[in-house]
Amino acid sequence: MSTGNKYEENPEVTARFPDIHPPFDKSGATIEANRCLYCFDAPCTAACPTHIDVPRFIKKISQGNLRGSALTILDANILGASCSRVCPVDVLCEGACVYHRYNKQPIEIGRLQRFAMDAFYRNGAVLAAKTTERRAGKVACIGAGPASLAFAAELRQRGFSAAIFERKPLPGGLNTYGVAEYKLRASDSLREIDLIRELGVDFQFGRNISGEAALAALEREFDFIFLGVGLGKIRLLGIPGEELPGVVDALKFIEEYKTGRNLKVGGRVVVLGAGNTAIDAARAAVRLGAQDVQIVYRRDESSMSAFLFEYEHAREEGVKFRWWTQPVKLVGDEKKISGMECMKVEMDGQSFRHLPGSHFTIPCDMVISAIGQSPLLEFLQACRGVKLENGRVSVDRATGQTSHAKYFAGGDCVNGGREVVDAVADGKRAALAAAQLLEKIHG
Amino acid sequence: MVERKTTPNLSVNLAGIVSPNPFWLASAPPTNCGEQVMRAFDAGWGGAVWKTIGDPIVNVSSRYSSVDWNGQRMMGFNNIELITDRPLEVNLREIAEVKKRYPKQAVIASLMVESKREAWHTIVKQSEDAGADGLELNFGCPHGMSERGMGSAVGQVPEYTEMITGWVKEKARTPVLVKLTPNISDIRVVARAAKRGGADGLSAINTINSITGIDLDTFVPRPNVDGKSSHGGYCGPAVKPIALNMVQQVQSDPEAKLPLSGIGGVSDWRDAVEFLLLGCGNVQVCTAVMHYGYRIVEDMADGLANWMREKGFANISDFQGLSLARVQEWKHLNLNYKIVARIHEEKCIGCELCYTACWDGAHQCIHLDRAGQSNGHHATPAMHEAESKQRISMTPIPKLDHATASKGKEPYPTPLSRIPRVDEAECVGCNLCSLVCPVEDCITMEQVETHLASQSWEQRTSGAATLGRKND
Repeated sequence: MSTGNKYEENPEVTARFPDIHPPFDKSGATIEANRCLYCFDAPCTAACPTHIDVPRFIKKISQGNLRGSALTILDANILGASCSRVCPVDVLCEGACVYHRYNKQPIEIGRLQRFAMDAFYRNGAVLAAKTTERRAGKVACIGAGPASLAFAAELRQRGFSAAIFERKPLPGGLNTYGVAEYKLRASDSLREIDLIRELGVDFQFGRNISGEAALAALEREFDFIFLGVGLGKIRLLGIPGEELPGVVDALKFIEEYKTGRNLKVGGRVVVLGAGNTAIDAARAAVRLGAQDVQIVYRRDESSMSAFLFEYEHAREEGVKFRWWTQPVKLVGDEKKISGMECMKVEMDGQSFRHLPGSHFTIPCDMVISAIGQSPLLEFLQACRGVKLENGRVSVDRATGQTSHAKYFAGGDCVNGGREVVDAVADGKRAALAAAQLLEKIHG
Repeated sequence: MVERKTTPNLSVNLAGIVSPNPFWLASAPPTNCGEQVMRAFDAGWGGAVWKTIGDPIVNVSSRYSSVDWNGQRMMGFNNIELITDRPLEVNLREIAEVKKRYPKQAVIASLMVESKREAWHTIVKQSEDAGADGLELNFGCPHGMSERGMGSAVGQVPEYTEMITGWVKEKARTPVLVKLTPNISDIRVVARAAKRGGADGLSAINTINSITGIDLDTFVPRPNVDGKSSHGGYCGPAVKPIALNMVQQVQSDPEAKLPLSGIGGVSDWRDAVEFLLLGCGNVQVCTAVMHYGYRIVEDMADGLANWMREKGFANISDFQGLSLARVQEWKHLNLNYKIVARIHEEKCIGCELCYTACWDGAHQCIHLDRAGQSNGHHATPAMHEAESKQRISMTPIPKLDHATASKGKEPYPTPLSRIPRVDEAECVGCNLCSLVCPVEDCITMEQVETHLASQSWEQRTSGAATLGRKND
């Protein structure tokens, strides 16, 4: 199927970032699907934030009903294809598989889900409409990331109108711009969003909604507004030399290679932070030609927010880790960075203590900062009095409704930065709550 | 039991046909020609029933189809191949050659000719002159040949079976086995006819009439012969339970009982032991060899010998027929025997298949209420599912979630909330939960003392008058 979004794959990116979980072939999928015990009230389903009925979709694969399998997935999770690739299945569905308690390998749920979704897109990607009725009731989403996509798709499928306002030229948010290419290609993210466009969701790109006036205008036109704005830039390091050329934001770095704008990385690279984005950036640097890649983190592996399997993959690819290390200064000239001055630290209660005399310099040609995104405070604080908590939008967990009755929210701006599947779950839960209210309003 | 030091003796004598072990190849493609049979004997087969000889026929292509189950190939197998398509003289010459080179292994000629006394007399003489150790009369083939008045067309009519067996016995000098078709309402009727006709032994069962499946794109059943199909003969692992039942019926009937060669889904030594326990003198194998080759006989013999050593059996005859007395009519079973399911919590992995099986397929006596679930005792599966769909889950992220990590103490590897509980007072002891449980020995069926004397349905319904009568 051709993509409605203007995007061309870069062959060099494709070559350097091959799939880390190659797809099943038909017999492999059938054998794996037949291993599934078909648990009742299955723990894998409970562990999935979107509660995909895992045994049901797997049973359908084993019985050759691939369309039924894909629709089972999509019914729970409209981004089932990208989730099958980017979900940290080890800590979600596969982590909950009962086979862990039987000394057997868990079912490869992620790869089976991908098998069903690939077949669905290969065969024309036709979604069964939940209703043919066009109902009164309009919602707007700010941001075209996974949470908004799930919110809009669910309401559109129920017959309501949904519009998505996105400041970038392509939809998908981090799914398109920020996920490591070997996990999810931008083209696959966009293919999946075409399905939502075909449902009749109105996408408006290049629309930067900000300020009270713009929001007030939306409030007049729409019944509800969903905040799916995600997070902002990577936090500032707050050390001297931060402005030197060669110091980059990890998300910008990932976006630039994914879009083919910058595919050259040379020399020695230091990545700051030990979350999953740091790992993605470090592995990308290796693939793009860096000679030496180190991750610098001020705590140790027991505190890093990267998943264990991500950490292991990075080590296998040659990424080195320096624990208990804090950068204090970046050095270089106006042309380029040349090194990072660090100190060793240790925990002293809740705070860090510099170890005297532990100064040392890591020579480097590039520093990638991945110490976490900052919240979009500027936008959120001017957002019609929607209540915030620690920089996150405060919502009712079951409905996603904010302190302002016209606003729902979900995804990273609410949870501080979790997985795609969490954002989809947020969007869907909010949509179900919004649908009930819309029915009350419009009858 | 004490292990025997000596090697068990696997040799058998079936109605006078002696072979070094009880494993014979059934009359089928694996015994099509002398070259094959000799390779099979090299691999260790004790005997071979030659692919049925008679007037050569013409076959179709394709000829086979199968039933796969859950990724396992050829759980059931089906064929529409006829008897040998090679000239009679060639088959006879090769039988003679095989016998000359392999004097210890049994070679049995499977025969099928038109229902004329002279035709049968001729082929009996030809086969025995070639050196066959015995004859097997193919009254069982259910496809093709039956349309021409042979095969199961004979085996389905007791009078024909008795008559033709009689003709063969007029001439035969070697033991005569009659191969029975299962495509009949009571296999004992034909077995009795064969016995009356003078058969020295029986072979059972032949293949079962079948249509294995239909291609959902072309609507043509398999196997497809130029857009059409025909019913075939079903065999392989799927038919073993049917074969065992028929073997038991024949062996428990005094008018039918004869030395019996057991056939039907025998794939390994355990299958073979089961047929022998029901009174068979040996077994015949086809599908398993068509699937994996002659080499499987090595483990059949090895596994059988190891089992016999473990059980202390020196000869096959030591255990032959031991299970026959254990099969009774239902009316003789003890109504006062009670077992209940017991779930071994430490082994449970929490799949809850026993729960849903008991609720939907049995007697609603397994519950999910150990952890004081809100909907508790007698909650239906639908209620449980609805409740768990309401729970909001989130991806666990160490940095964000360290505060939520503290969990209550669980006594078993699986959370108590997922370990089903059996209501033993309600449990009827049907076995279903233990059958669906994927974990070995996790659900065991255990006897409950009822303090009641054994009583069968027959005893119960015959009233006080027969109480105390010796039950034979």
